[in-house]
Amino acid sequence: MNLQFPDLTPVMPELFMTALALILLCTELLVKKKGILAALSILGVVVVAYTLIGSSGTTFGGMFVSDGYSTFFKVIFFVNAILSVLISIKYIAIERVNFGEYYSLILISTLGMMIMASAADLIVLYLGLELMALSTYVLAGFIRYDIKSNEAALKYFLLGAFSSAFLLYGISMIYGLTGTTDIKSIALYISEKGLTENPALSLSMILFAVAFGFKIAAVPFHMWAPDAYEGAPTSITAFMSVGPKAAGFAVLGRVFMIAFASIKLEWVAVFIPLSILSMAVGNIVAIAQTNIKRMLAYSSIAHAGYALLGIIAANNEGLASMMSYLMIYAFMNIGAFAVVIMLRSEDFKGDSISDYEGLSRAHPLLAALMLIFMFSLTGIPPTAGFMAKLYVFMSAINAGYTWLVVVAVVFAVISAYFYLRIIMYMYMREPKVEVSLSTSPSLGLALGVTTVAVLAIGVFPLYLVELARAAISGF
Amino acid sequence: MPGTYIPSEYLPVLIFLMVSVTLGFALLLISSGILGLKRAYSEKFTPYESGVPPVGEPRYRFSVRFYIIAMLFVIFDIEAVYLYPWAIVFDKIGLYAFIEMVIFIVILLVGFIYVWKKEGFKWD
Repeated sequence: MNLQFPDLTPVMPELFMTALALILLCTELLVKKKGILAALSILGVVVVAYTLIGSSGTTFGGMFVSDGYSTFFKVIFFVNAILSVLISIKYIAIERVNFGEYYSLILISTLGMMIMASAADLIVLYLGLELMALSTYVLAGFIRYDIKSNEAALKYFLLGAFSSAFLLYGISMIYGLTGTTDIKSIALYISEKGLTENPALSLSMILFAVAFGFKIAAVPFHMWAPDAYEGAPTSITAFMSVGPKAAGFAVLGRVFMIAFASIKLEWVAVFIPLSILSMAVGNIVAIAQTNIKRMLAYSSIAHAGYALLGIIAANNEGLASMMSYLMIYAFMNIGAFAVVIMLRSEDFKGDSISDYEGLSRAHPLLAALMLIFMFSLTGIPPTAGFMAKLYVFMSAINAGYTWLVVVAVVFAVISAYFYLRIIMYMYMREPKVEVSLSTSPSLGLALGVTTVAVLAIGVFPLYLVELARAAISGF
Repeated sequence: MPGTYIPSEYLPVLIFLMVSVTLGFALLLISSGILGLKRAYSEKFTPYESGVPPVGEPRYRFSVRFYIIAMLFVIFDIEAVYLYPWAIVFDKIGLYAFIEMVIFIVILLVGFIYVWKKEGFKWD
């Protein structure tokens, strides 16, 4: 038996990403100035993004697939990685954790997400998920001397490991049922042998829903999120509130839409309460928060609830709206975190909501940017957040869930309270503390990119939506 | 009926398990529960009946170096274990597997250099 060379073109971006992360790890040993590593990682990610072009296909015996769906998600991951690196450079120097491993860990985590998005086999999916999660656990605890950062890492690790166990249990159950871990073959076997009534199939579907629910931080599997988001370095909070969530949605879409296609009604019935609970808990508990990172954590839980509407619609339109939602969410959420990071300086934490009081007097431009991101997170036109919500709501209505959209809109109105409260603090209160900003060119660049993206997508949303639709067409 | 798979060829294993568990418990109960003598005196309540009595708290902090060494050992040991099955079937699986293994070792090497430079192998 002689093993054949597999076709490596579909896996090119992943190979380049691996090489990049390893090169960075070695470069870190040689260079003293860590800024070089940041520049190198951004440059590298751009090169990796370039290799996405023409990488479509299936390889490794059908275990790994590169299609429009995975490519779209990979673009989200690249945007996430680049913006996170941009907002990190000054911040990790202020926190005195300016170590080179930081950038390679971000890239390895991104690599894990890429593998997840491309996984056509449950084992590959698990591999990618662990690669992503393990690097993110380390990043969450990156401020080693800070007890809160340690707490964040530990909680994230324990609950993440717990959710992995659920996923493995679900995989083993479906393997016992169908004798394969290939997502397409599972669907084929289920429909051929008429297994749709089998309780083990429903059980494994629920186990998958629990495991992915942890990753996307949907209620009732959200308990780790507020503590992990608050304690982690702010730049990593931005990174992990977008990347792992988007990756979770990517695998959610692929596994449930293909493998569990025959029990669609059952899993939609599982996700509807998940979505409603996420929107309810996320938006209502966020009102009571005094720490802005915690508030944004609850807001990210609520946003998982909105994006789930696209999954509940359970058709290509729903998936496309979910994908564009996540892309927009990446820009607006990292933008908001960039503002939070800007308030952090050597002797000022700046993560309390009261620190924003009267910000518009001293720093009108920054306040205006925060206003845009808060409007976008609420979903007020002409920002991108409005378009994101509009398309998921539309897809849910077209799929016949009008009542669910009514519920979602009610919670969106509730969410306006705590988003607009920040704006009220910035513009209508007198400043209590002197806030000195820690500006840097890279942070400015990140803020500029996110602001332009939020406004541009808000005004010209069709381009992104058409892109998502085109990406999903071959699904 | 499709979807109901009963692994009947494993039935002997099940019977074996049941018999051995029953036998084990029965023997334990008979030998120490019924036949055995029960005499309670202070020596019986020490952790090691015929050993050295413990001194001080058993829970104290180990040096973090032990953990680092243990961690590194596990990583490199487990990865090196992959080499054995590869070496055994090397002449059968050809060039592709050879290239794969070279890449694997290079990645391992990068980790090794990293740990070395970070002084992970130094004891003091």
